Order: sequence, then C-alpha cells, then structure tokens
Amino acid sequence: MKWETVVGLEVHAELSTKSKIFCACTTEFGGEPNSHVCPVCSGMPGTLPKLNRRVVEYAVRTGLALGGKITVNSKFDRKNYFYPDLPKAYQVSQLYAPICRDAGMEIEVNGNKKVIGIREIHMEEDAGKLIHDARNNRTQMDFNRCGVPLIEIVSEPDFRSGEEVLAYLEKLRETLLYLGVCDCKMQEGSLRADVNLSVRREGEELGTRTEMKNLNSFKAIGRAIEYETERQIKILEWGGKVTQETRRWDDDKGESFGMRSKENAQDYRYFPEPDLLPLYIDDEWLQRIKDSIPELAHGKRERYQRDFGISEKEALVLTEHKNISDLFEAVSAKSGEPLEAAHLLTGEIMYLMNNANITPEFLAVDAGKLSVLINLVISGKINRNAYKETLAAVFDADVDPDEYIAKQGLKMVSDTNIVGDAVKAVLAENTEALADYRSGKEKAFGFLVGQVMKKLGGTGNPELVRKALKDSLSV
Amino acid sequence: MFDLSTLTLAKLIRDREVSVKEAVCGYIDEIERTNNKYNAFITLAKERALERVEIIQAKIDSGEDLSLLCGVPIAIKDNISTAGLKTTCASKMLSDYVPVYNATVVDKLEQAGMIVIGKLNMDEFAMGGSSETGIFGVTHNPFDETRVAGGSSGGSAAAVAGKQIPLSLGSDTGGSIRQPCAFCGTTGIKPTYGAVSRYGLLAYASSLDQIGPIANNINDCAALFSLISGGDIKDSTCVSEKSFAFSENNEERMEGIRVGLPRNYFTSGIDSGVKEAVMSAVKEFEAAGAAIIEFEMPLLEYMVPAYYIIACAEASSNLSRYDGLKYGYRSADAKTLSEVYLKSRSEGFGLEVKRRIMLGSFVLSSGYYDAYYKKALQTRALLKDAYNRLFTQFDVIISPVAPTTAYKIGENIDDPMKMYMGDIYTVSVNLAGLPAAALPCGFDGDGLPVGFQLIGDAFSEEKLIRIARIYQNRTNYHNTTISAGRK
Repeated sequence: MKWETVVGLEVHAELSTKSKIFCACTTEFGGEPNSHVCPVCSGMPGTLPKLNRRVVEYAVRTGLALGGKITVNSKFDRKNYFYPDLPKAYQVSQLYAPICRDAGMEIEVNGNKKVIGIREIHMEEDAGKLIHDARNNRTQMDFNRCGVPLIEIVSEPDFRSGEEVLAYLEKLRETLLYLGVCDCKMQEGSLRADVNLSVRREGEELGTRTEMKNLNSFKAIGRAIEYETERQIKILEWGGKVTQETRRWDDDKGESFGMRSKENAQDYRYFPEPDLLPLYIDDEWLQRIKDSIPELAHGKRERYQRDFGISEKEALVLTEHKNISDLFEAVSAKSGEPLEAAHLLTGEIMYLMNNANITPEFLAVDAGKLSVLINLVISGKINRNAYKETLAAVFDADVDPDEYIAKQGLKMVSDTNIVGDAVKAVLAENTEALADYRSGKEKAFGFLVGQVMKKLGGTGNPELVRKALKDSLSV
Repeated sequence: MFDLSTLTLAKLIRDREVSVKEAVCGYIDEIERTNNKYNAFITLAKERALERVEIIQAKIDSGEDLSLLCGVPIAIKDNISTAGLKTTCASKMLSDYVPVYNATVVDKLEQAGMIVIGKLNMDEFAMGGSSETGIFGVTHNPFDETRVAGGSSGGSAAAVAGKQIPLSLGSDTGGSIRQPCAFCGTTGIKPTYGAVSRYGLLAYASSLDQIGPIANNINDCAALFSLISGGDIKDSTCVSEKSFAFSENNEERMEGIRVGLPRNYFTSGIDSGVKEAVMSAVKEFEAAGAAIIEFEMPLLEYMVPAYYIIACAEASSNLSRYDGLKYGYRSADAKTLSEVYLKSRSEGFGLEVKRRIMLGSFVLSSGYYDAYYKKALQTRALLKDAYNRLFTQFDVIISPVAPTTAYKIGENIDDPMKMYMGDIYTVSVNLAGLPAAALPCGFDGDGLPVGFQLIGDAFSEEKLIRIARIYQNRTNYHNTTISAGRK
C-alpha cells in the first residue's frame, strides 16, 4: 500500500487594524523596541482589556468570506502559560466559543478541485518578541507586538500533499488581501502557518501527528512537508513509532528538530476571560459587516468579462493577486481603456516581472504612468516598439513617459516625406532583398519593413511604413 | 475635627473655616502618632499630599466647586494603583513596585479634589480575612490592639476606626470590605459588580472584585460612593452608566420595606454575641416599621467551596504575571529562566497566596476542570437565580457579616479552613454580584464591635443606602468610637 500524507494547517493572520485588540496602541510593524506599548498591552498590574470592535468585524468578514457560521454569542478565554514574551502570562484567545465555525475553501491542484474544511476561526492577541543578543548572552523583551490582533484559521486535516497546502495558502492569502484584513507579509510575520502532519497507509486510520513551527515562507512550508513526510515514513518503515511532538523547522539546515513532546505538553488551563463581557453580534451589526465585504476575486473575474469584454484567461490572471487587480482597475479607470490595460498587465508587465524575478505582491508600478503610455499608443503618438521600450523604462526606473519619449526621440514618425525618404534609402541599400522580393519571396518584405523601421530609429508609423514600401515596390 | 462626620468636615473646608492644609496635616500627624500601634498604613504620601493641598486650596479659594468631598484627605488600600506611589499588595513580590498609572477611582477622587495621603495595609494580594499575611506586618484592631482588624481591607477599616483618616477605599472579593468593617465598627459598602471601575485594582479574582468606600457612617460612605461609581471606558465589566446621586434624608421610618431574614444563618457556627447584636438590629428594623420575613437561604453549604474554587482559579491566572521579569521581586540566585520563575515566585509570594495559586491551578487543570471549576460556575448560576427570586419578595436581606467578632492576632492563622468558613455570610454576595452595606450594630461580651449587612438587588444601592441611613438615624453604634479609650 502506498503511503499517504495527511496535513492540517493552523494559519495565524495578524489583522491590519490601526490599533491593538485591547488598547489604543498602534499595530504598526517595527519601531523602537517597547515604543508601541501602554500599561494595558504590557500587562501592568491592574490594567484591563477593552475589545477593539474593528477586530471583531475583520474576523467576521473573514468567516463570512470563507462561508463559515458566525458565532453570534461568542466569548474570550484565557490561555495560561509562562513565557517572557507574554507579559500577563496568559493569552486572551477563544476556546469555547470561537467567532466562526464550519468554513471552507475550494482549491485546485493539477485541474482537480477539492474543498478544504476550516474547523474554526478564532480571535486572539499576539505575543511580544524576544531579542537574543549573542554578544553578551542576554535576552531582551520587545512588547511592541503584544496585543496585535490575530485570527487563527484552523483547517481540518484535509490536505493530502504539499501542493494542496500551498494552493490553499496562496488562495487564503489572496482572500485575506482582497478582504483587506491582513497584509500577509510572511517575512514580517503577519501571516504564519503551523503544519500538523501525519502519514498512513492509504485507507488506514490517521497516524500520530507532529506539529511543525517556524515556517517563514511558502517555500519553507513545501520543504518542511516533504522532509517531515519522509522522516515519518522512514520511522514507520523501520518499525518505529512517531512521537507526538512539536518540531521546529530550520530552513537553513533543511531539517526539523523536536521541541517538546506530548508528555511535556503544557496544560493551558483555559477558562473564560472574566475581564471581558460575552461578545454578542446582533443582526444589524452582522449585516453591516456583510455589507462591508469588498468584491472578491471571483466577483471581479466575472465583472471584468461582463463589463469590459476581457477574456476569461486574462480575467483569471488579473484577479489572481489583489495587487494586480488593484493596478488593473486603476489603469483602466485612468486610461479609459480596460482592454488595453488588461493586455498590458497580463502581457508585457508579466514578462517584465518574470525577467526581474518580482512576485506580484512586490509589484510597484505607477498606474498613472501606465495609463499615459496606453493613451499615447492608442492615439498614435508612439508605436508599439516605443511603447515597449518606454514601458521597460517605467518598470525599471519609474521614468516619466513623456520626458523619456521626448529625450529618446521615440515619438512616432508619420510624416510621409520622412518615411518615403527612408524607404528610398533602404531599397537602394538592399538590392539583394529587393531582388528576392521580386522573385516572389514574401519574407523579404518583412525584412525590408524592419530595415525602414531601423532607419527611423524604431519610431516609424508601422502602417505608413508598410504602405510606403508597398507603394514603392509596386511601381 | 476627628470626631466630625466627613461631610461636616468637607463643608467646613468648602466654607473655608478649616483649611485643606489643616485637615491634611492634622490627619498626617495623627497617622504618624498612631501608626506604630495600628500598622494600618504601608505608605504615607506626605509630599504628594502637601503638593496637592496647595492646588486644591487655591481652587477652593477661587470659588471652584469640585465636589462635596473636596479637600478631604483619603487613604487607599494598597492594591489600587497610584501613579508614582508604591502599590505593594502587602507582598514581597511588589514591595518596591511603583505604578506608572492611576486607577480610575484614584483619578476620579483627585478630580473631585480629594487628597490621597497614603496606602493601607491588607492581607497579601487581598487573600485573607485578618490582615495578618502581608509582608509589612499585622494590622491591629483599634478597639483592642491584641486583635486583628479583619481583612483583607484591614488597614482601610482600622485607619477609619482609629481616626487616622476620615474615609478610605477598600476592595471586596468575598467580604474584604464588610468583614473588617464589622470587626472595627466602621461602615462600608461593597457595590454591585460593575458599579465601580476595577481599572487599576490589582486583580485577585476579576469576576468578584469590587472597590468600595469605608467610613464612620453610611452618609460619608454614600458621598464617597457617588464620586467613584459610574462607567469607565477602560473597564468593560463596569456597566453602570451613571454615577450614584448622593442625597441625605432624616427619615426614621421604613413602613413598606420588606426585610428578608435568612433563618439558617443563625442556627449554628455563629457566636452568641454576634447573633444577639444582629437580632437587635432586626428588632430595630421591626420597630421602624419594616416587615421582617424569615426564609431559608438555599445552597448555604456550597457557597464557600464555590467561592474558593472560582476566586482561586482566577487568582492563579491573575497572579501569573508576577514572574520576576518585568517588575517586582526577582530571586537573586536564579540562573535560568525556569529558576527565575520558580524562585522568584516561591520567595516573593507568601504561604496563603501560594496555597490559593496552587488550588486555582489545580481546579483549572485538564481532567479536573469539569469536576471543580465548571461545577462551581453552575453553583454560582444557581445562586444568582436564588437571589433573583428572593429579591422579588424582599427589598433587602439582613444578615450577619461574620460568625465571630475580631479574634486574637495569630489565633486562626494556621487554620485555613476556619478562616475560610469565616466568609460564609459574605461570599454569596460577590458570587451573585450584589451590593451590600456593612453597618455596626452593637458589641459582644468583650466589648468588640459587631456588624451586620444589608444585601440588596443588583444596582439597588440607592434603596440600600436609604434603608441603612434610616437605621443609623435611629441608632448610635456608628458613633461609638474608640476615642474615649485612646486618651
């Protein structure tokens, strides 16, 4: 029997509210250590939490977008454990009545569609950070991140491969971005995933699972799943037993290491948080949250096809990443040319991104400049060659298109005299190609067009060049 | 000055017949003269007070009307956060801890022009009923210095009884305002849960704790209550929207008032001196025209266990933050992180606190949660229902505060069960979140004060205070002070 990998995911997403979950401190990333703290989030004795309603709205928004049931009578619980990054020595979280249950998301891997179950989404507060200073062997505490709101999205163990996990994470990230609830920067820790993994012979009961932490990129997650699958299979094939434990992934070494086993597992002594009232979401509030959900990828996809006549294929590419669809919408609005904007983003811009090795989340091009370029090419001020060249300059160096075109002399030449002179000169210089054409070789025509264009510095009006050349040849 | 009611003193200050400085310095002198006897004060904030004196006097001189207690000195239980002023919880763990912020009640008092002149002794982290467990030593009962002042707000009650301060703030989690009031012959109010902001109260048991006033009579208590009550955006559990509106009256009759008397509170485990004094209070109510209706209080045997399970569970979590890392005591010889936790907490907390942390951790741990904590919550819900039903029949319930009067220092300290059973009459009020006022009603055979409590329905402080006031209008126990003995 074949081995099968079974994975469940716990995804932590930091919500991009302006202030923290229980106080008015900023959630901004970074800052001088302990500069974004107050008596509440630093856990000073006697302070009390005050729930930020926006956090609830973001969590509910996510739950609704993922098709979940919203718990209208929700509450918070305390998760107790000692660690220096947790100033109150308990984390306010939700165990008994999480804000959302029974959600799910459809993924597609190699053409196969599958729904991944999401058991629950709960709200909680983030912990601080410990900074280890190796030089003087000291550890310092930075509480800036304490109290930054998180949602934890807990999947069912529905994944059977690393590809499925990555497809889910990609789609989840895009959904959170579209919802505007999380900026999803894995490198800043605003999106984190823990992997629960076990292996079994197909058809058998679930095996013992391990939980893997410290996965800081999608790539690391893929590698870690591969590594852990092999590690567990090896143990089982040698007749051993997998230990239920938490393991830490070391991406540099490409290995994971056991942190603590179940025997040493902490008893978190959860109990209802007495400092917060139970959370009730009435119909009116729920409706307002529903109404605040922005248009998501599939909605945009349909609208682009319906309203702009964009092809299904292009609409798909445009909506795969929020950054791209945002750019598309800005460029089409500014230029008034949605079709051309779609071609531009799915064609030339994708090509430039690939060459520069830039992923969609990091794409930063000025929508205004792209619209200017589109209007220039459509109105015949520049030709396609000049368009591409200027585009590359805008993409690489953020140049001003008008200035660049003027400076490089890329304005389209539509003066029949100038074009006529260029044609004459080319025909005089390329007698061989001329002879080929006359002897019926159609290819030679294209070559001659190219030569005329070259003579015009690439800026000739292509239609005019063709016409002038045809006219000269038919004489 | 020391024998005036606080409201009278406040009026003299407002009328500029007594200066704020005279009042404040008079009391400071008194504290300095007597504190070695009572040990009610942990910290005397002389400089802070004198600075405020000038500011407040200037405001009074310019005709500004800050509040009806403007210019009056007050002292605060040492588990309430005061910015820049040590807040120790009478614990080694926090013996040098200076908060960076004021509790909401402290802000409110200062806005009202009151002057905080010190911090008061208590049981460590408010865990106890005798004010013997604090690191700064035992608080002595001004009526008999060989006896305890009660607790945990022992300092708050003793300082008022000993005329060291006209008013104080205490906190009541299971009787910690009412019992020391009964032991020291003072008057105190444990407000409805959610009537006074807990922001800045160093939590013992969050779902039970409430800050409340202690004074020599119900009017002074009510005046102070009117300043500290009301909503606070910093405390989600503080649900009352308006603060209590203070008014005085000279009523002496209470026709139409229905007073519930829990028969089974008097059958066993109660000292005869206490029983007699409380029954005399019942007679007084009857004489005033109230209807006395006896009833059987349900769930009596479950009250103390449910209280200790819930309070300790919450305490085990609330006190986890004292880990030796950020503030407070850190063991000097801890070498690893787990040693910092273990040694700092072992050395920084006293025996009773550790006992409750362990009990609380146990009842919340997996495998025991359902058997203990969950059961206790169910008991609490039943108790709330029972009280709700009772308050359809009664306006107030009258009950003893404690089964005994003040006992000898050291007498019960090694017998936690006896100590815990001393809370039998008070804890149900906290479990149900109700208001109660403790009032003096006489003396036992040893001449020690006896107190009783009036328990009201949630947010019925106005009615409760009115009834208490009628009682004090008819009696003089609240004016029987120790001043004669002090000469």
